[in-house]
Amino acid sequence: MSYQDVMNRKQEIMRRALKMDYDQFEFPGIGFDYEKMMSSSGFTLEDVIKIQRENNVGGTPLIELKRLSAYARKFAQPGYGARIFLKDEAQNLSGSFKARRAAMSIYQAKTLGFPGVIAATSGNYGAAVAALAARAGLKCIIVQECYDSNGVGQPEIIEKARACQAYGAEVVQLSVGPELFYQFLLLLEETGYFNASLYSPYGVMGIETLGYEVAQDVMKQEGKYPEAVVCTNAGGGNLTGTARGLMKAGAINTKIIAASVDLTGLHMASDKDFNLKSFTTGHTGFGIPFSTFPDRSDVPRSAARPLRYMDMYGLVNQGSVFFITEALAILEGMERGPAGNTSLALAFSLAQTMKNTDIIVVQETEYTGAGKHMNAQVSFASDRGIELKLGNPLQEKPGLNLIFPSSGAMLKHKEIPMETLKMSYLKHYQHQLLFDPDYHYLADELKTTVENVKTWMEAINETKK
Amino acid sequence: MIDPMTYVEIYRIILPSEERSPNLPIETKRVPYEMRLRGKLLKAASVGDWVEIETATRRIERGILVSVHPFFSHHFGHYVPIMTSIRDVIIKETEDLL
Repeated sequence: MSYQDVMNRKQEIMRRALKMDYDQFEFPGIGFDYEKMMSSSGFTLEDVIKIQRENNVGGTPLIELKRLSAYARKFAQPGYGARIFLKDEAQNLSGSFKARRAAMSIYQAKTLGFPGVIAATSGNYGAAVAALAARAGLKCIIVQECYDSNGVGQPEIIEKARACQAYGAEVVQLSVGPELFYQFLLLLEETGYFNASLYSPYGVMGIETLGYEVAQDVMKQEGKYPEAVVCTNAGGGNLTGTARGLMKAGAINTKIIAASVDLTGLHMASDKDFNLKSFTTGHTGFGIPFSTFPDRSDVPRSAARPLRYMDMYGLVNQGSVFFITEALAILEGMERGPAGNTSLALAFSLAQTMKNTDIIVVQETEYTGAGKHMNAQVSFASDRGIELKLGNPLQEKPGLNLIFPSSGAMLKHKEIPMETLKMSYLKHYQHQLLFDPDYHYLADELKTTVENVKTWMEAINETKK
Repeated sequence: MIDPMTYVEIYRIILPSEERSPNLPIETKRVPYEMRLRGKLLKAASVGDWVEIETATRRIERGILVSVHPFFSHHFGHYVPIMTSIRDVIIKETEDLL
């Protein structure tokens, strides 16, 4: 079956594999009714909490990182250096917050009577789907991008294959390339299984409980809502769901900060670059394209729409995330996976710009183990000829070197201006004739005013001429 | 010969180079799109043979038999001196913390 034949049947295969008619949410023009889509399942937040608790998911501890906060404060002006809190999501079933998302997808698959589920993921979501499918008695296939053309596997992804197999899943391991989607569609068609997409409403509503818990935990412990919550951003569901949960709890003034590992310069579809990166998720290669064009995902309309909620987008380099992973172990006695600590690295730097009475929450950790341990990743990088050095991490060149901060004082983040991201989003519509409802939709999509959207669109069309 | 029902790994080219997606970087476009999968061998065969396996979800898949009794050997990596340097930095800079 040719690549194009299968891709042409995409909509039809998707509809069957989700039993959801996305057409009902479409507006005339470019937009769709996001809130209608999100509430179409009929689940309330209470329902989601109940389903997760029954599966040993959620209710993870929120821990104040006193020593790590004090370390950051050393490099801040007097009166500055926020208190850093960490939501220990590694304690979920399967070792990451992804279990929250999987719990809802699996529940839905079971309710609709599907015999099994399929998920396209190389990350923690695979283990989460596999674990929850095991509990539900559903068959499970995980499709991974795993090896380069020399058959060398990324250690973190190999570990994920092991975890999925441990939960009884079938793991289809593929080489580098976007054709993963082709194979995924073929498998959906062959098996008739449910598409446990990260981007369905179920995949995102499962995260709302995380934002909700963060708001409630901080309120209970400290008598206020946190000033900021940092979310590692890749596909956008983590940030979207967390922000929605915070709002549902009433924390409407909490700043929502996105954090990604800066992999600028590495091509995500490159067979050569694949094993030159030390992070397989939470990086700019996913975070930026999925923020600025959410509907590139594996469903007709993605439920993960981070620019609707994001107040700031910060980047940290690979060396800084490894450094903070070591600091978390040494100072707080918490050995966790490096990818999950992306937001922690950003928080360490950002806290120094906030008052020492402010609270900044890092909303995840992930499990660590063989392959997905920082030493496994750094040694793998070293074996591929990546130069390792101490210095200024902002000078790191992904694919060439890893620069670890030579002092905590050197661990700094970069910021991508929100306007740049929003303009980049709007560029997808530059050739289209837009009407008033379209501008209103775009304003909602970008958390801004109709006037701003019009000004930016004019600027884009001006540049085009 | 390897007995039927032995746990094995197969390899199959899903898309040869010329049938791959358009718009790929050149280094990706020039290699085939490949799959590796584990399961139970259905009929006696040797490494290198074209075989059928039954997967964990009881699907039947085809491919070249590449390994018998496949296992995971990923690890925590070898010693990397810079990891000790990072640790030393953190310890030194936090010695005065309570």
